[in-house]
Amino acid sequence: MLTRRIIPCLDVHDGQVVKGIQFRNLVEEGDPVERGAHYSREGADELVFLDISASIEARRHVVELARRVAREVFIPFTIGGGLRTVEDIGALLSAGADKVALNTAALERPALITEGAERFGSQCMVLAMDVTRRESRWEVFSHGGTKATGREALSWALEAMDRGAGELLLTSIDADGTQTGVDVALTCTVSRAVSIPVIASGGIGRLEHFKEAVVDGEADAVLAASVFHRDILSIRQVKDYLERAGIPVRPVEEEG
Amino acid sequence: MIGLVDYGVGNIGSLGNALGYLGLQYTYSADRSELDACQRLILPGVGAFGPARECLRQLRLDEFLREWCASGRPLLGICLGMQLLLSESTEHGPHTGLDLIPGQVVKIRGARRDVHMGWNRVIPSGEDPFIPEAGYGYFVHSYHCAPTDGTTVIAHTAYGETLAAAIRQENILAVQFHPEKSWKYGLNILRRFADGAF
Repeated sequence: MLTRRIIPCLDVHDGQVVKGIQFRNLVEEGDPVERGAHYSREGADELVFLDISASIEARRHVVELARRVAREVFIPFTIGGGLRTVEDIGALLSAGADKVALNTAALERPALITEGAERFGSQCMVLAMDVTRRESRWEVFSHGGTKATGREALSWALEAMDRGAGELLLTSIDADGTQTGVDVALTCTVSRAVSIPVIASGGIGRLEHFKEAVVDGEADAVLAASVFHRDILSIRQVKDYLERAGIPVRPVEEEG
Repeated sequence: MIGLVDYGVGNIGSLGNALGYLGLQYTYSADRSELDACQRLILPGVGAFGPARECLRQLRLDEFLREWCASGRPLLGICLGMQLLLSESTEHGPHTGLDLIPGQVVKIRGARRDVHMGWNRVIPSGEDPFIPEAGYGYFVHSYHCAPTDGTTVIAHTAYGETLAAAIRQENILAVQFHPEKSWKYGLNILRRFADGAF
């Protein structure tokens, strides 16, 4: 049976892992390659690195980051942040990333999804969407959750899928950093509407939140940052908990 | 020396990284004489069947791979590299495969998503030494291999239906999941292939 994936997310700024609260107030939390290798040994099913530095210089660092991670981590990993062209995508995949996550660039030019999928395959194209609840609808934000786009979340998810996105990384801006659980209604609505896997993100703070995301939210995978970085929970704890709840997970491989 | 058939399809670097991590000697090549000098070959691949098949044809690697297999030397197909070994694929097709293992590549049906993406349990179907134990492999595919001779399936997995996770026909080995991305379980499979422990 296909297992539900647990994915630690590492936000990277100037080569360091950081974590912001509701997309602001960054706190440094260590070397991304070391953290990534650590999570891989702990039983993470995949890793996501999001580069939140904006400069071109930083983008060169992120290609180097992909190269270093690929030499030490033998589980799939995704890199996102600041990708604008098919060449940017190609550079990261050549450096060893298994997937890339597109966000703002795809909103500004949706054809980028199509071009990337045609050239490299849907399996490596992750569409990341940051969403805020606006009364009765959900609105997609760009630029790290700071800029309203006017796009409705569900229609954007469907468009991205039609254009060849292979997976959705769905983040609730409202829930992000609050540790009160993912936006279950949002996750479930999107997950039911699309035929590609959905990764639920934003708001994970306790064990129960993982279960809510996959059972009530119907997510294929759950992404979390602070709970892992701050050692509030270990990946093993999460997987043991989910297994006891009857949710299929890949057990942590023992050392040796 | 392990030769990685570099025919321009997918992220071959990950496979090299995994072999390097295991301390194994490998080379990437699309050159027939260079590949012919290797002791074992791996045929990787991600993406669609048709274009990949065309790349092999243009590099005149299809004939070479048939001769390689006929000589009894070991070949390991991974993911799309597994599917290419079969007779035919229905993916945007039909397309003819290398026809080294009789059978068809068909769409996954009856599962939660069209794509089988993530970690799933790989269960040995018999007692083949190449896949001696169950474990978890990382899969990414929407089509699966249905070999004509069911006894060539040496490991299976469940996603909507029972899918071939690994097949074997004498010296031709193939896995649907990505051993280079399946942490220790996968790295052990690559090591067995390199050591000839199959």
